Amino acid sequence: MEITPEPNSSATPSDGRDAPRGSGADPSPTQHLLSLRGISKNFGPVQALQDCDLDVPAGQVTALIGDNGAGKSTLIKCISGIYAPSSGQIYWNGKEVHVHTPRDSADLGIATVYQDLALCDNLDIVENMYLGREESRYALLDEIKMELATKKTLADLSVTTVQSVRQLVGSLSGGQRQAVAVARAVMRESQLVIMDEPTAALGVSQTKLVLELIRTLADRGIAVLVISHNLMDVFSVADRIAVMYLGAIVHQGPIANYDTTSAVELITTGESKSIASSRLSASL
Amino acid sequence: MEEVVEAASRLRLQVKRIYQGDAGLVPILIGLAALVAYFQIRNSVFLSASNLTNLFVQSCYFILLSMGEIWLLLLGEIDLSLGFVSGIGASTAVILVDTKYHWPWFIAVLLALAITTAIGALSGFLVIRLRLPSFIVTLAGLLGYQGVLIYIVDKQGTGGVVPLQNKYIYDMVNGNLTPLATWIFVIAVVAFFSVSMLRSDRRRRTSGLVTRPAWVTIAKIVMLAGAGLAVVLIFNTDRATFTVIKGMPFAIPIVMAVLAAGSLILIKTKAGRYIYAIGGNSEAARRAGVNVNRYRLMAFTLAGLTAGIAGLIYCSRLGGISDGIDAGNLVLESVAAAVIGGTSLFGGRGKMIHAVVGGLIIATIPNGMGLIGMSASTQYIATALVLLAAVTIDSVARRGSTVTV
Repeated sequence: MEITPEPNSSATPSDGRDAPRGSGADPSPTQHLLSLRGISKNFGPVQALQDCDLDVPAGQVTALIGDNGAGKSTLIKCISGIYAPSSGQIYWNGKEVHVHTPRDSADLGIATVYQDLALCDNLDIVENMYLGREESRYALLDEIKMELATKKTLADLSVTTVQSVRQLVGSLSGGQRQAVAVARAVMRESQLVIMDEPTAALGVSQTKLVLELIRTLADRGIAVLVISHNLMDVFSVADRIAVMYLGAIVHQGPIANYDTTSAVELITTGESKSIASSRLSASL
Repeated sequence: MEEVVEAASRLRLQVKRIYQGDAGLVPILIGLAALVAYFQIRNSVFLSASNLTNLFVQSCYFILLSMGEIWLLLLGEIDLSLGFVSGIGASTAVILVDTKYHWPWFIAVLLALAITTAIGALSGFLVIRLRLPSFIVTLAGLLGYQGVLIYIVDKQGTGGVVPLQNKYIYDMVNGNLTPLATWIFVIAVVAFFSVSMLRSDRRRRTSGLVTRPAWVTIAKIVMLAGAGLAVVLIFNTDRATFTVIKGMPFAIPIVMAVLAAGSLILIKTKAGRYIYAIGGNSEAARRAGVNVNRYRLMAFTLAGLTAGIAGLIYCSRLGGISDGIDAGNLVLESVAAAVIGGTSLFGGRGKMIHAVVGGLIIATIPNGMGLIGMSASTQYIATALVLLAAVTIDSVARRGSTVTV
């Protein structure tokens, strides 16, 4: 069912739920792995999120872009259970779910890689990968089992620059640390991996490593939701874009529908003249 | 052929990286050897059996209290009250066993340990629930428990000193294993570690993981055996002038048991892993699902228990308990011992063995300086310089390695 939504409407749709979604989201939330409908979040008088709709399909890389303060991190935290939305629904595989704590989110199969990576510099790669869910053998840690599994996971993700999984994480480069953080998410057999600004602090070759990793994840059927400032990275790796502006998702869709100009316009003004008249297909 | 060479060099690089972290203990051991050499040159009595036995026994208290502190240092916390906590443990045991109460020694000992463990848990509870810095809470403990200690010792009406007469507690430090038992004990310990090293190497090799080369393991076993032999010879040499005293003091196996238990927990269990993680990045541990407060409380409690054992050793060596115990200094020297051994004050780095090396150094300084006739004031200054030197050397040694913490 092809529906042409209103690409330039404001964040709050005037119609009921059955009408075309203002931001370009699929009217039926059952098709995608993760769908948000009408997610709002306020902190007292501050409205951080306004009626956000978002679709994150499996096997694709969805980039969440927007200026500083647009609400990207807040939206992510609602998905990963750090915040509870003030209103709205979250659909996982078509069924409505309630995510109140990070544990609920992890139980669904959502893994979040935060901007600060949440790694322990004084522990090695194996210890970080298994932090919180170590394997034991007769009440003592089964180091060999964990080490073998870590090596396999890194090899599967084609992370070849790491010399030894017994290196301390504090001695790895930024790209390698990202790789370890992502590999930890993958090892938990997550279906959705959320990454908050994964390439923000990285150099060119490290960025390449991480973008390849993101691509590998999507090719394995995992849904990847990436927050990024960097349009170059976004256009090189994303399959879909969702643009946030002042707490709302103002536009989303396949990447082919966007270019740098329209993306920048959407980020900075919430509207884009260059795609005002284009007909968008909301779903893939 | 080329592949073999390449594989060998890659393996060597990997092994070197894996063991770069261990380089930390070597400079300190060299420092200890240098100290020993210096004192021996100045006074050849230093390396005599009687003085060395004395030295080992003097170091036991510092080693134990330092191991207690390491539980907290790993978290990035500290417990300044452990010195007086150990004193309370000592006084409880001595008072219950030798004054008007005359309780059986093992009940007195168990009660003393229970009390110090509870005090540790209380410190932990205050730090966690009230969210106060551990420095402040335990500083208050240092002052408060000193008051408690003076009160309970003075209340016995024996002039501020309660002498210890109970044979069992007294023998912890002053009684010995027989020479034969000493041999058996040391051989058993060396054998146990050698076998477990070889077995773990074999398991790694059969799983296809990079393993320590066989010659390194053999070298470690040889060094361990050598150290064991030296220890047996020191203890089994007659060290008394008028009678015959031979054998390892009971305090040594007690310290080794605490060392083994502490190391086992830290290296081989989830709880130990979590303690390192919390010390390294407590927020990361929290997000990974670790119950941070549970393990912090556990560390404070274990520190209290270890301080209790230290207190028993203390009153055994002193032959009683005095209200003038300089526990404020003792706890600081124990923290210094841990840091000299290689434990970081900021959390996330340290091992129980650091307490042993550091404790030996802290005890060697007054022992050696006493032999060459230096005053107490010089001893304090010397200890300060050694602490600074050890930390500087340690930090420089680590700067060049891939181990950045």
